[in-house]
Amino acid sequence: MTAFARPAELFEAVALAAQGYRLLAGGTDVYPGTGRQIAGDVLDLTALVELRGFDTSNGLRIGACTTWSEIAEAALPQALHGLQRAALQVGGRQIQNAGTIGGNICNASPAADGIPPLLALDTELEFASVAGARRILLEQALLGPRTLAKTPGEILVALHIPPSALTGVSAFQKLGARSHLVISIVMAAVNLRIDAGTIQRASIAVGSCAPTARRLRELEQSLIGMPLDRVRIDPELVIPALSPIDDIRATAGYRKTAAVTLLRRLVAGCAA
Amino acid sequence: MIAFHLNGKPVTVDAAPTLRLSEVLRDHLGLKGTKVGCDAGDCGACTVLVDGRAQCACLVPSARIAACHVETVEAEMPLLSRLRASFLRHGAAQCGICTPGMLMSACDLLSGTPRPTAAEVENALGGVLCRCTGYRKIITAVMEANSAISEPDTASNVGARLPRLDGAAKVAGDSFGADLTLPGALTVKAIRSPHPHAAFAFGDLSAFAARPGIAAIFTARDIPGRNAFGVIPAFADQPAIAVSPARFRGECVALVAFEPGAEPDLTGFPISWTALPALLSPAEAEAAGAPLLHKNRPCNRLTQGRVVKGDAAEAIARSAHVVSGAITTSHVEHAYIEPEAGAAWMEGDTLVIRACTQAPAMDRDDTAAVLGLHLARLRIIPSAVGGGFGSKLDVSLQPLIGLVTLLTGRPSRMVYDRGESMTSTTKRHPAEISGQIGCDSNGRITGLQFDGRFDTGAYSSWGPTVANRVPVHASGPYLTPAITANARAVHTNGPVSGAFRGFGVPQAAVWQETLYDDLAAKAGLDPLEFRILNALRDGDASSTGQVLHAVGIGPCLEALRPHWRRALVEASNTTFRGVGVASCWYGCGNTALPNPSTIRIGVTPSGQIVLHQGATDIGQGSNTVIAQIAAEALGVPVQALHLIGPDTALTPDAGKTSASRQTFVTGRAAHAAATALRAALLRLANAGEDASLLPTNAGVVIKTGSDTRKLPLDLLPLDAFGYAISAEATYDPPTLPLDENGQGSPYAIYGYGAQMVELSVDPELGTVNLHKITAAHDLGRAINPMLAEGQIEGGIAQGIGMALMEDYISGRTDNLHDYLIPTFGDVPPIESLLIEVPDPEGPYGAKGLGEHVLIPTAPAILNAIRHATGARVTRLPALPHRILTAMKDARHV
Repeated sequence: MTAFARPAELFEAVALAAQGYRLLAGGTDVYPGTGRQIAGDVLDLTALVELRGFDTSNGLRIGACTTWSEIAEAALPQALHGLQRAALQVGGRQIQNAGTIGGNICNASPAADGIPPLLALDTELEFASVAGARRILLEQALLGPRTLAKTPGEILVALHIPPSALTGVSAFQKLGARSHLVISIVMAAVNLRIDAGTIQRASIAVGSCAPTARRLRELEQSLIGMPLDRVRIDPELVIPALSPIDDIRATAGYRKTAAVTLLRRLVAGCAA
Repeated sequence: MIAFHLNGKPVTVDAAPTLRLSEVLRDHLGLKGTKVGCDAGDCGACTVLVDGRAQCACLVPSARIAACHVETVEAEMPLLSRLRASFLRHGAAQCGICTPGMLMSACDLLSGTPRPTAAEVENALGGVLCRCTGYRKIITAVMEANSAISEPDTASNVGARLPRLDGAAKVAGDSFGADLTLPGALTVKAIRSPHPHAAFAFGDLSAFAARPGIAAIFTARDIPGRNAFGVIPAFADQPAIAVSPARFRGECVALVAFEPGAEPDLTGFPISWTALPALLSPAEAEAAGAPLLHKNRPCNRLTQGRVVKGDAAEAIARSAHVVSGAITTSHVEHAYIEPEAGAAWMEGDTLVIRACTQAPAMDRDDTAAVLGLHLARLRIIPSAVGGGFGSKLDVSLQPLIGLVTLLTGRPSRMVYDRGESMTSTTKRHPAEISGQIGCDSNGRITGLQFDGRFDTGAYSSWGPTVANRVPVHASGPYLTPAITANARAVHTNGPVSGAFRGFGVPQAAVWQETLYDDLAAKAGLDPLEFRILNALRDGDASSTGQVLHAVGIGPCLEALRPHWRRALVEASNTTFRGVGVASCWYGCGNTALPNPSTIRIGVTPSGQIVLHQGATDIGQGSNTVIAQIAAEALGVPVQALHLIGPDTALTPDAGKTSASRQTFVTGRAAHAAATALRAALLRLANAGEDASLLPTNAGVVIKTGSDTRKLPLDLLPLDAFGYAISAEATYDPPTLPLDENGQGSPYAIYGYGAQMVELSVDPELGTVNLHKITAAHDLGRAINPMLAEGQIEGGIAQGIGMALMEDYISGRTDNLHDYLIPTFGDVPPIESLLIEVPDPEGPYGAKGLGEHVLIPTAPAILNAIRHATGARVTRLPALPHRILTAMKDARHV
């Protein structure tokens, strides 16, 4: 007989995680790969209060088990609108009502919808374990496809978006071959701070075009100081930063040019 | 124990904590209204409300619902009642398998947004897939659920927009193949080949069989009859359980029957596999020296069909304009939301199988042969069918659960999971088609040469039908004086290709209709006017030399003309906006082969009129349409009919639900049976033909003028069918066989249609935005216009999928998130123009419609993409990257 626990207190949860319990958040990625029930001891994280909701006391803290619906419906600053747009495209409503932002990160799919907007927000991850708490930048934690810098026994507790990333405007776009339930061919997220008609700060990430979603630092640098009416996305600062593959959804070459197109439109949209 | 509120009442259930809520609801609590389509959150069929919010029950661990309020389609809520009524009123439920998920998602939306916009409906319901309706009627039904209801139309018979007669069950959560579990039933699981071609050997089966919870293991050695099934008896070649080697990935090689309640765990099943070289394309299979899949089929050729009339090469050589081209299409998966499922049990000496199917009598024949049973010892009861589209014509699990029950004497049950359904059942044939077409200086078609190679996969299935049907239809509905059309079906180690809405004709239409646009351009003609100029007319001879009557293609194309002219103007004002048109014709019923239907209608001694209707309703509406025809011919309202069937023990054989034949063939049988019964009843009353039949609670009353008399039915001796009086009639369409040149009259009736697509292409991303599809279909007579529109919209949705996104790759897209079918938002508004050119052969003039509606969609989309961008896409699906590449190629031409 396997065990199932759904604690309300984090200290209980980390103790069980240390014993090798399998972590279960929304379940939307765990169940598709499973049989009638989940094998092994299961730790259900969804009753942990610390893992739910928003806290704006220092930057923005989002509990890891906050659902996509909660994110989409929350009153959040414009800098989070890209993330909210992504929230509305994670599967259908049923998935958004169950799936969590933390689960999306821990699943670490190269096509995870939440990751590009969170990268563009300089998001930091907070893990907890019996050894204590640890923080790491999301960008540094993305090691490869389905691989996150998370040790066994660690629980992703929250995402922290620094105050510096909460100003400005944001946008997100996901490109696929159908309207709903899309697994992206390419997606892109853009956060810009614009002052007096000039770009002061740019954070840009692209997903589904490399083993992990990526920030495009050279492109970001190139945009700083650009007047909005003369913004240009240089493909030479986008394409070399990507390493897409040919697969059933698109060719690598298509992904490269589509990424440039999406970025140009998103930046233009932010500037409008 | 988990305690929660279910549909307003407190319940407790003893279930493992991570068991899926869907299984708790269905198996522990017996509420089968929640349907399971994928167990992965991809289809939304299992959507329930958890504390008011829509969730996929297949993704919710049971422990998490403790203290929650869960509502399912069985709930009694005023909002759900209004939604159910609206779904029926608007024809929003066809097969009904997605309907519970749609209804529950709509409940979530409407509880906060009582009068949603179309966009709000699309976003809220976008997580639920439907393969039948094309979504448009669902959008309307949800938007209108809270609207005042206008007075219902009281008309009920031929021509009425009658809601489905089986609709109440559809909106309540109908009983599909997986929804019957008999006490003590064994759970049957298949061991399937992980390789496209592999030898295998079993280890110690008896040791595995001795594991707790395992009742028995079965292999090919246990099959008592002929271990070969196939829809066309002369080609039957597919083993129910394979003997080494397995010839395709997903082929069944053994069965394990588990005791009820046991975890059906197949890990450690003793089998060793030796992968063998696999032929994965027709080119490899036809290469010199390629190994043969079946020793008796040289060159791996299953069969070929041909139509030759006149000298096409010479006609093309003399033509003023000639175009040539080639297209390639992919495997297309039927992707019905109901995976194959069924139950078997013994009733005395009779084996009873209740499963989802399109062809109960064929199932009986094929399964009886495999099991070595006399036909009288096998009864097939079709469950409600959650979509079929051709694939549920072939047996799937019927011989498997039949074997288990026959050999154990115990009830059994089998439910395919989504991956199993996708890997092991049939697909649309991938096609490689090339050839040329010529026309004279006036734009009249002179000759056509067509060569089609179809990947028919490992076994025969419907490959011969595709090879024979395609050449007959290769010209499209245009007068073509000279033609040479060859099509061949080639075996590979790919998935078995079988029947899929159109039997190869949609692939051929992609080739011919895109080339006709080229030909029109060369002749300097507008694409629509070129088609009208060449459209077949009454008295014309088809490619097979059949002189045609009741030809409706001209009226269909002409009905599009005002739409076409408007759309051309709109497209000319906007960059990258295009309009495309394509036509279809399709012979209804088997190709030059008998395909009779029989219908029985009886009147009980108490005066109840009973219609024995054996045509399987897979969502297309035969339960309603056949009854409407019978009622009209009998002269009673349809509500007076008590419906029975289909069931091979209770209904005469109405043939298979395929080839767009049920409204026509079974409809004719129903018309004949009803006409005969009416005559017999009037004779009994000595009444003339102008008398009225009045079914009343007290019996059948005959009214002539002011004279009424009740028929003394209770005084008559019972007839052979147990009725006071009954009539049975059989109808078989008159056809003439095709000779060696494919000349003859293969079909008694053809239906016609033409569709016009308006779209925009994103010039930088290659994505397609469909704006509107206008569909003109000649169905002879619309027996039920609402159901006819439903067929048109659903067929178009499948055509959109085939054109833009669907590509089945065994081992890669065996699920509903990698295999893309259209969702809400992928199907634009559709305007249906029902054209009625009555065919004297059809009941009230009616022709078939079900397959016609898919055929023009893909080529019309390709033609519109070409019009918008110049891009010629020759490989389906037209994914964004292919369109973008084709646009670049077009600029360099």
